[in-house]
Amino acid sequence: MKKMSVFSKIYLAVFFSFMYIPIAVMIVFSFNESKSRSVFTGFTLDWYKSLFRNEMILSALGISLVLAFGSAIVATVIGTLASIGINSMRKTTRGIIMNISYMPVINPEIITGVSLMLLFVVAKTAMGGKIFGMSTLLIAHITFNLPYVIFNVTPKLKQMDVKMYEAALDLGCNPRQAFFKVVLPEIMPAVVSSFLICLTYSIDDFIISYFASGTVQTLPIAIYSMTRKKVSPEINALSTIMFVVILSVILLINAKDSQSQKKKKTRA
Amino acid sequence: MISALLALVLTAMLPMVSAAAAETKSDYNYTRFKGAGVTLNVYNWGLYISDGSDGAADVVKDFEELTGIKVNYTTYDTNESMYAKIKSGGADYDVIIPSDYMIGKMAQEGMLAELNFDNIPNYKMIGDQYKGLAYDSDEKYSVPYTWGVVGVVYNTTMVDGEVDSWDILWDAAYSGNVLMFNNSRDAFAIAAKKLGLSLNPSSQKEIDEIAAELKKQKPIVQAYVMDEIFDKMTGGEAALAPYYAGDAITMIEDNPDLAFAIPKEGTNYFVDAMCIPKGSTNKEAAEMFINYMCETEVALANCEFIGYSTPQVEAVKLLPEELANSPIMYPSEEVLENTEVFEVLPEEINTAMDAAWSSMKAHEEGGSGWIIPVLMLIAVAVIILSIWRKNVRKKRDDY
Repeated sequence: MKKMSVFSKIYLAVFFSFMYIPIAVMIVFSFNESKSRSVFTGFTLDWYKSLFRNEMILSALGISLVLAFGSAIVATVIGTLASIGINSMRKTTRGIIMNISYMPVINPEIITGVSLMLLFVVAKTAMGGKIFGMSTLLIAHITFNLPYVIFNVTPKLKQMDVKMYEAALDLGCNPRQAFFKVVLPEIMPAVVSSFLICLTYSIDDFIISYFASGTVQTLPIAIYSMTRKKVSPEINALSTIMFVVILSVILLINAKDSQSQKKKKTRA
Repeated sequence: MISALLALVLTAMLPMVSAAAAETKSDYNYTRFKGAGVTLNVYNWGLYISDGSDGAADVVKDFEELTGIKVNYTTYDTNESMYAKIKSGGADYDVIIPSDYMIGKMAQEGMLAELNFDNIPNYKMIGDQYKGLAYDSDEKYSVPYTWGVVGVVYNTTMVDGEVDSWDILWDAAYSGNVLMFNNSRDAFAIAAKKLGLSLNPSSQKEIDEIAAELKKQKPIVQAYVMDEIFDKMTGGEAALAPYYAGDAITMIEDNPDLAFAIPKEGTNYFVDAMCIPKGSTNKEAAEMFINYMCETEVALANCEFIGYSTPQVEAVKLLPEELANSPIMYPSEEVLENTEVFEVLPEEINTAMDAAWSSMKAHEEGGSGWIIPVLMLIAVAVIILSIWRKNVRKKRDDY
């Protein structure tokens, strides 16, 4: 690797400080004794303690997690299947389908949110009963997650040599076996990364959830509703925990990756 | 003698009662829904109930344990977002806690159910001065939950002399040190009171006048904020800010240099009250919840947690001396005399107010309005350039 110039070093430092200083500040203030967000008065773990007793925040977190995992799993499965279909289409149809799937991504979220809500209201009056809640949230989240899966998996499929699949068939696999033994392992990295993207988008989402949630409350909605009074420092504590968990997951995955790469190298 | 003894016994029992809110004194039958699998959807302001932090009572949990009713407790940030959610039909709630003018609006539009006060006997413990106000003059739809006034929070180390008028928020001496409400209704109310007008404007002319006053104030305003006020004021980043009395108490606790004044021109007097939206499927259980919220111990716990004044007269008696006699929490009769409640405004007035508010916010003294077209032109130029380059490259590749 070439040695970095002073300018590049400064640029890198500024870049990373913009990204991470806010998080550092938040972590520091999650240990702040007073509720203030500007003056640090002393160290305490009280916000962590009260976080685990605050049922409203915890249940909102629970709902967000269930929703994220549920929608990510479903979206990944449907999206992967869709990509396989799209990949074997003719060029013009493929172009059309890809462009249609782009729409929800380019569309402002608020439009997706409002239109989904209108749809659900119509469905509610048509079928009667209470449909708003977890079910509508799930549908909404799967909907906005789907395109991301398609855009992640399709290029990977394109990269893959079709002849590998054909060879598997030649060597005696039936199509199902060929898919699970050859195609799926080949596109697995893209599938996993789109699953993770779905997870983050779903936990993140405020606008669409807001319109589709009914009487259920996800974590971003719970945090947003605190703004008349003052966002509780328990949220800092919760965000810190989430940040640490995500960071350690990433580190673990990277460590495992580099380990297996080393193994490959030594084998070669 | 006997009464003195009784008082002694009662005061000795008090800590026990508040420790276990389940042992409520009244003979109200709270257990009649036990085992029926009832779920109540309660929609309240964020952080607007005693939630068990800092050793306070966890009101929702206590209610669930006492009655066996499950409470799905969710929160909102403004009256308008709550209204939009219910109006759109996107959610069915059983108990909501809007502010005065929103109750009036929802009642007018037939969105609220009439309460059956036989199920809310604790209504009698709500002070008479909080009942039958303009937004619900026939006492049909609402049970007051909290109330308060708007005033000026100021930093005594940064502000000279006595604060007694809204004029100080327009004082150029504090340029860059003044915060202002970031919602049209509250901001208009302050400017209207400064001008000696009603905070319920009745004509386009009045709205224009008020908006002009706000425009005049804009150059000295540091920022239009809501909850950021807490940090900015306690951190000493600003000298003056209008806000709700109950929150002022919280700020003063964090920073003793702060003080609160109710301007002499009069101010807004607000009430947040509990209502049941039409279409609630558990109306009786919802009324039980409202009644529970009016239990003395519960009202006391909520009042102490939120910091806003409670309309429940028995709870006021149990408040610590310094709170019960605080001129911020419980202002004198003369001060209250000079206040006004928000009323429902006709649709066209509301629209005009919103329009005036956004044009005021968008208005720039320096005239930097040219920036947006220039930015758009640059964006278009960049797009054209990139398309052109792509074409050139494509042509080159074709060779």
